[in-house]
Amino acid sequence: MTRPRKETPPGEPRRVAYLYVLPALLLYAAFLLYPLLHGAWISLYHWDGLTVGTWAGLSNYAEAFGDPELRGGFVHAFVLLLFYAVLPCCLAFVLVSAMARIRLRGLTFFRTALFLPQVVAMVTVAVVWRWIYSSDGPINAVLRWAGLGSFARGWLGDFTWALPSVGVIGTWVEIGLAMVLFMAGVQKIPRELYEAARIDGAGPVREFFSVTLPGLRRELAVALTLTITAALRNFDLIYMTTSGGPGDATSVPAYEVYNRAFGPTNEVGLACAIGIIIAVLIFVITSVVTRVVEGRG
Amino acid sequence: MRPIGRVTALGAAAALALLTGCAPGSGGDSGPKNTTAPKAVNTDVAKAGKVTLTVWDQEVRGGQDKRVEQLNKEFEDKYPNVTIKRVSRSFNDLQATLKLALSGDKPPDVVEANQGYGQMGEFVKAGMLTPLDSYAKAYGWDKRYAKSLLDLNRFSSDGKTFGSGNLYGASMDGEIVGVFYNKDKLSKLGLQPPKTWADFVKALPTAKSKGETPIALGNLDKFPAIHEYGIIQAQDAGKAAVRNLVFGRSGAFTDAPNVRAATTLADWAKQGYLTKNVNGEGYDNAWKKYATGGDGVFFVGGTWLAADLPKNAADLGFWAPPQTTGGESLPLSVVSKSKHPDVAAAYIDFMTSAHAMDVGTENGLLPVSPPGSAKPSGPLMPDIFTAWQNVSRTDGLVPYLDYTTPDFADTLQSELQKLLGGQSDPATTMKTLQADYQKFKDAQ
Repeated sequence: MTRPRKETPPGEPRRVAYLYVLPALLLYAAFLLYPLLHGAWISLYHWDGLTVGTWAGLSNYAEAFGDPELRGGFVHAFVLLLFYAVLPCCLAFVLVSAMARIRLRGLTFFRTALFLPQVVAMVTVAVVWRWIYSSDGPINAVLRWAGLGSFARGWLGDFTWALPSVGVIGTWVEIGLAMVLFMAGVQKIPRELYEAARIDGAGPVREFFSVTLPGLRRELAVALTLTITAALRNFDLIYMTTSGGPGDATSVPAYEVYNRAFGPTNEVGLACAIGIIIAVLIFVITSVVTRVVEGRG
Repeated sequence: MRPIGRVTALGAAAALALLTGCAPGSGGDSGPKNTTAPKAVNTDVAKAGKVTLTVWDQEVRGGQDKRVEQLNKEFEDKYPNVTIKRVSRSFNDLQATLKLALSGDKPPDVVEANQGYGQMGEFVKAGMLTPLDSYAKAYGWDKRYAKSLLDLNRFSSDGKTFGSGNLYGASMDGEIVGVFYNKDKLSKLGLQPPKTWADFVKALPTAKSKGETPIALGNLDKFPAIHEYGIIQAQDAGKAAVRNLVFGRSGAFTDAPNVRAATTLADWAKQGYLTKNVNGEGYDNAWKKYATGGDGVFFVGGTWLAADLPKNAADLGFWAPPQTTGGESLPLSVVSKSKHPDVAAAYIDFMTSAHAMDVGTENGLLPVSPPGSAKPSGPLMPDIFTAWQNVSRTDGLVPYLDYTTPDFADTLQSELQKLLGGQSDPATTMKTLQADYQKFKDAQ
């Protein structure tokens, strides 16, 4: 028995596919697309969150880039990008290639220990590091013990050192994530490649660039996407450690979103504009990075 | 047309529909509102019928929480027809959620709205609070509170002028910034507890020369230096000038006394009269260390710190100059959409009565008006009571500088951190503050 059916080549998209994605799409639309659009819409108004808003056009966006305080926040975010994304990935590479060459006892233990910061709530991380950096915390204690007392300072309260200090916390948190991803990737690289490289006389550096790095492209792309996102939407750590201070030395856009919307100035429109800018930035940067790293287009 | 194109078109259409629709904040504004003071006031709660009163407060700390729980229960016992539904959140959580709650369809009846343009001013502007002047008259609140205390809860009906106009709330507790002193350390230094501002200032170099940190200050949290500057400014400029400045009536931050106060503060930091690494030390941490006999002979801070006195505290005393920074706790306000404004006002009256002040005193709090019979007990509280009574008797309360503009606290604390860290000088600091102040006044 044959039924008449439309002539479509096998494998070509059919309308029924929409039915399959519908449940997920509905949720995605309700909880992500709609709020995103709504946020974009509010960003075009001057709105205090209570009274009727007035049309602002793109002036909120102009302010986000024009206001020196807010622009400073974006600069800080890019500095933090180094600490949150670049540094952890580099360090994780060193660790992973070291582990690939040397058989290590208790590997699982180290892996767990390094991944642990990812599991701990960011608030806890912040409270602990606030103590570590405090004037009589362990870092300064070590410095004084080593006779370097003149370097001891309240790290989070120092205009020069506050931002790098927050950055180091980010490195500490993200390094475990990058490492676990890379380790999983390394196990997938055929051992023959390493053997071949060694027979050809490759040293550890050459081996890394010729074997490990090409084999880890996909993992690197994933790691960078996750860490870059974490860096740009970094709110909790700043809120808990420095509140953007001292002065405005560590203020970042994500913190300003909260501060403008729920803080005393009630600039909900401006906050939404900053939020949209962060979203676009994350989207652009991560998609460029993945394309470059994965070697596509 | 490729399917993706169709989705994009649909999205664009939806976006367009949204854009051409109404502005944010224009929907959901249904229901009657009481935005003018009611003419006829009913103070008889028993005749109000069955009422559920929803109250949002931020009285979450030990003594505060116990006080509210006890008074709520007493109110319900007194008026069996009233049920109180209490929602208590920490200060920060309340700040972040109150706006959403008030713009919703079923807002609470009574809320604690923070004084100043940032919150109370915004709520008044949006017509979300009921003026309480006729209730104040009926219940005699003008006898309960000093004028400067009532003024802190006043706003013009357009929400633009702070410190005068309609009354929008009544507070339960008082607070002033003063000087805590460590009695043991003072006697070791051969000094008496300060009785005047000059005593206090004179003690600083003495303490320093004998190897002590004169004033403990942890400014990592940014706000503490505001109180440090505020108390100095109150001495230099006087209460009238600071009030006029904060409430936008006259004066400038670049006026000589204000610059002089900044110079004094910067000088304290330079002379080593303040904690080393002052911007790197947490507020709570600095207090805990100080209170247990650690770093610091004095601690310039608010009376609220007494509630966080550690168990193994050193022998501390408290003194405040007759003119000093201070204020009152977040006032209880009536929401304009409340269906029971009479009951809500009666509740506020009950919560601020002499009996309520007794309950507050028993729970270790500093009641805003004199308690009926209770006497303060425990360490520090008697000193704090005396200081508060001196300041309120002579009407010496100077408002927090945070109130100057909606985001003045942000600017002020950043600038003071720079001043203390040596990143900025007093003249520049005050010029920056003045620019911020002027920008706000121009936009008014």
